[in-house]
Amino acid sequence: MLEVIRSIPIDYYVYYAAVLFIIGVFGVLTRRNAIIVLMCIELMLNAVNLLLAAFSTYLADAQGQIMVFFIMVVAAAEAAVGLGILVMIYRNTKSTDISLLDKLRN
Amino acid sequence: MSLLFILIPILASLAIFALRGTAVRNIALVATLANLAVTVFCGLTFEPGQAEQCAFHLPWVPAAGISFSLGMDGITLLMVLLTNLLAPLIVVSSFSRTFDNEPRYYGLVMLMIGALNGVFLATDGLLFYIFYELALIPIYFICAIWGGQDRIRVTLKFFIYTFIGSLFMLLSLLYVYLQTPGSHSFAWADLVAVQLTPDAAWWVMLGFFLAFAVKMPVFPFHTWQPDTYTTAPMGGTMLLAGIMLKMGIYGVIRWMVPLSPEAWGAWSPIFITLAVIGIVYASLIAVKQNDMKRLLAYSSIAHVGLIAAGILAWNKTGMQGGLIQMLNHGINVVGLFCIADLIERRLGTRSLADLGGIAKSAPKFATLFMIIMLGSVAVPLTNGFVGEFLLLNGVWNYNFWLGAIAGLTIIYGAVYMLRAYGMAMFGETNTETARFADVTTREGLVLGTIATLVVVLGFFPQVILNVTDGSVNRILGAMQF
Amino acid sequence: MNQLLPLIPFLPFLGFVINGLFGKNMSKTAVGLIGSGTLLASFLLTVACFNQVSTSGPIQSVLYNFLTVGNLQINFGFLVDHLSVWMMLIVTGVGFLIHVYSIGYMHDDAGFWKFFAYLNLFIFSMLLLVMGDNFVMLFFGWEGVGLCSYLLIGFWYTNRDYGVAARKAFIMNRIGDLGLLLGIFLIFKTYGSLDYAEVFARLGNGDTATITTICILLFIGAMGKSAQIPLYTWLPDAMAGPTPVSALIHAATMVTAGVYLVARCNGLYSLSPDALHLVAIIGTFTAIFAAIIGLRQNDIKKVLAYSTVSQLGLMFLALGMGAYSTAIFHVTTHAFFKALLFLAAGSVIHGMGGEQDIRNMGGLRKAMPITFWVFLIGTFAISGFPLLSGFFSKDEIFAYAYGHGGPIWWGLGLLTTVLTTVYMCRLLYVTFFGDFRGTDEQKHHLHESPKVMTIPLMILATLAVVGGFLNTPHFLHLGSAQWLAHWFSETGAAGSSVIPMAEMHLEESTEWALMLITTGLVLALIVALYFVYTKRDNLPVADSAQSSLARLIAHKFYVDEIYDFLFIKPTERLSKLFHYYVDIQGIDGLVNGVGRGVEGLGTQFRKLQNGNIEYYLIGMVAGVVLLFLTLFL
Repeated sequence: MLEVIRSIPIDYYVYYAAVLFIIGVFGVLTRRNAIIVLMCIELMLNAVNLLLAAFSTYLADAQGQIMVFFIMVVAAAEAAVGLGILVMIYRNTKSTDISLLDKLRN
Repeated sequence: MSLLFILIPILASLAIFALRGTAVRNIALVATLANLAVTVFCGLTFEPGQAEQCAFHLPWVPAAGISFSLGMDGITLLMVLLTNLLAPLIVVSSFSRTFDNEPRYYGLVMLMIGALNGVFLATDGLLFYIFYELALIPIYFICAIWGGQDRIRVTLKFFIYTFIGSLFMLLSLLYVYLQTPGSHSFAWADLVAVQLTPDAAWWVMLGFFLAFAVKMPVFPFHTWQPDTYTTAPMGGTMLLAGIMLKMGIYGVIRWMVPLSPEAWGAWSPIFITLAVIGIVYASLIAVKQNDMKRLLAYSSIAHVGLIAAGILAWNKTGMQGGLIQMLNHGINVVGLFCIADLIERRLGTRSLADLGGIAKSAPKFATLFMIIMLGSVAVPLTNGFVGEFLLLNGVWNYNFWLGAIAGLTIIYGAVYMLRAYGMAMFGETNTETARFADVTTREGLVLGTIATLVVVLGFFPQVILNVTDGSVNRILGAMQF
Repeated sequence: MNQLLPLIPFLPFLGFVINGLFGKNMSKTAVGLIGSGTLLASFLLTVACFNQVSTSGPIQSVLYNFLTVGNLQINFGFLVDHLSVWMMLIVTGVGFLIHVYSIGYMHDDAGFWKFFAYLNLFIFSMLLLVMGDNFVMLFFGWEGVGLCSYLLIGFWYTNRDYGVAARKAFIMNRIGDLGLLLGIFLIFKTYGSLDYAEVFARLGNGDTATITTICILLFIGAMGKSAQIPLYTWLPDAMAGPTPVSALIHAATMVTAGVYLVARCNGLYSLSPDALHLVAIIGTFTAIFAAIIGLRQNDIKKVLAYSTVSQLGLMFLALGMGAYSTAIFHVTTHAFFKALLFLAAGSVIHGMGGEQDIRNMGGLRKAMPITFWVFLIGTFAISGFPLLSGFFSKDEIFAYAYGHGGPIWWGLGLLTTVLTTVYMCRLLYVTFFGDFRGTDEQKHHLHESPKVMTIPLMILATLAVVGGFLNTPHFLHLGSAQWLAHWFSETGAAGSSVIPMAEMHLEESTEWALMLITTGLVLALIVALYFVYTKRDNLPVADSAQSSLARLIAHKFYVDEIYDFLFIKPTERLSKLFHYYVDIQGIDGLVNGVGRGVEGLGTQFRKLQNGNIEYYLIGMVAGVVLLFLTLFL
């Protein structure tokens, strides 16, 4: 298994993670639906996770993978809270469009 | 000893805030009188030869070299005398007015007096800065709460203007502080010992000058002043014109030049020229003013311009003249604002065009006004003369032509003051001024005290000059250009 | 005597304090007694001083140290030398007579006590001026008399015009004072002291250019105080004050302070021929100019005022010729006859119930015989009638003008005398001869003044007659020839003559000739003018009926209007311009502009904070990208 992973050059992981991350960023920037925005944030986090896992394997250092678990936990918690807030917003505004949420102004 | 000057007013202020009721004005009066008594005591035990007396030293932030240290030399004593001599007069003249929420007013006045004393006594750079800013807060509220028309805008402008100025001073102070050896120190003596490069000194002096020039105010940083003087309640105006503007001049003597003497040669011609321009400019404007307070505001700019020019000339006569004139200008300007207030209270107007013939209905008032006005016009054997004579001599020694131009103040000063006096007091009475009541006992006491000071200090100026002589020699001796 | 010296000025000061503080509640008699009594005491002390000065030289006394700043040391000290004591005699002597006169003149005035307080304050200031032992003391008195002049011109303050005249006098004096002050600074810089004794002992320390500058600056002060061109216009307006004030301040004493100043500094002026030249030119020009204006004035006091300006011009002519003691001699005789003339005019005004226009007078010699006779003596004395006081002093001036300046200067002086005789005789004849031209009411009211007024007049008249014998010319070979000049030339505090004798190189015959020409001309004019001005059709008429030249003169060559146009109006316009355009619009506009700019910037930046998460996110991402780009590229 280790060999299989190592047989793919590290560059490829980097490029792949970068692409995933950028897709996430663009998703956050362009989409208005809050759920999709949240998903895109997940995507960005996962891009980072992937990179961490890849480097961890290549360098034979377990710390990176421990970090991945941390991130997954935090992401899960974040998603839970985020979705909770979203449900509340939806109940109040009947919409999940983030461009309508400008109450912080003034 | 010197801590008392700050402690008494601030405790009185706290007491006033705590007690409330109508007795507070008496607390304020007693506290100011106590301060005056302490000042007189200090003056009597004062030894002109010694550098720092009545010193008080308390480490504050020892790691950063900040301490709560106070000290007194002749110049400080004069400034403290100015503050505590005028304070009771200002408080008593405030009695004639009723204020909403009196405790707050007198509490703020007392707080202000404490802070002013602190400014003059501080021998630690940061402490000086803190008191300098602390003095701004009560006067801001005094003007903003009890001021006249348009007070919020005017007071905000005043606050921002002076505050920005003092931030530049903070920068300069910090820069010099960072140049002190070891773990740095804000003590005056350590700051003075720093040798700056000419370039750095240039910026340091500029920073100080901006702060002090706004405070004095020197042309062209003066435009906050006429509005503020006109809008502020009379007690506030007296505090501003009588004492607070002297903070700027004091700062020049104590902090600006000693901390950045290397830049004096580069800056002094510009500063003095600005001050002299201010004299003529403000005098000219005062010639046609109709509002008494505004006229006095412009006359104050002119007088302070002369004081600033004389002190910046940095010679013995100019310095001594500036110091004695600070005291005398404080006395005179408080008297004149007192008079303007008296007229406004009686007639509800300060417009000179509406006055006339008051000399007929109120002869005592006319006499007192005349004496104080003569002091302001600097007629010999009144208090204004000595200062003006020495100041003009100082500026003249610096540069012949600047001295001659500055001398125009003795002509213009007469023009605008006599015009104001003539318009208010001479001529036939109108229906309003015919009913003008003469001074009451309390008003007579305040104006009489001031008039007496005008004459006595006019005859015996050496008493005051002796106080500052040693300190002036020391400062000039340490910094010769 | 040294200990008593300060009493001389401080006695009148005491009078001022008493009358000023308590006079309101005292009887008029008490006020008058205190006012004149303190002055009489001063006069007696001055006489004692005079004796001591003549026997044992100058007296010095230091009261206290007024101020010491570095090497600038100024004492409140007195120096009474020959010149000082002479001026003190005039001030206290003539002043006392005028005080007594005022008791009668001001009797019905509500401000009686105030008047005496001010008069005493004036005497105090004037005595400081002449008694001071340094230039700052002189300056005290100098400004002090200016202040009293202000207070007394504006004495009837309910009249706004009088207040304006008072202010004008003070401000014009202040212009001169600035010159004097700068002169004092330069003296201190050059000689390192302001004490007369020290300055005059080391005159040689200054170079000619500096001394000339000093002299000119001091002379600017003298121009203001002694009403010389261009600072003379305040003096005629100063006639707004009560008549005794005009006599005391604006004729006999204060206005001669400028002459005193130049005479006091004679050592300096003698080292600067250029400055002396300037003094002579200004003096002569003023003398003629003011005399011409005096020809066409119809206010009895205005005529005398212009006459004073003109006579002061003559004194400066004398100073300019280096004849300092002659100038002081003329100050003395002028103090006698001009005080006399003013007081007599006051008596006329008193008798006429406040009327001052000579067109409404006439024939007063019958109703007011004493006033008439003393006025006649005054007129003859000022014109130079033989053996009267003015005859000697003016003759001496002209002799020096001829001897030191040349025939042209003498001619100009003669012209002044001719003009003087003309306007004075016009005044005398129109007022006292012919028929009465006033209203019936005035005619009814007409009366001679009380004794308290006429006695001082008679004393002054006597002095105006005999005063000339103080300093008779040497070619008359009278016993007292040049007594005053000799007296002044004795040693003063600085170790040299107070006023050195001026040299005179004229032949006796020339002097005789000059004197006879002048005298003949004056006598002829006095007689001729009698026939001109007692005829009804030569009486002064209303302005509209005059020729344009006469109108020009009657309007004082429109100098006031020119000053108004050149100085006052531009100042006022500049004041408004500075206030509105420079201060409010310009500087404050800039300050407010900065404030508005910050506010505007805030409004713009606020638009970024629109609350839209997307914008924030874009900003964040853009920021991160930018950070990476700057870090890695």
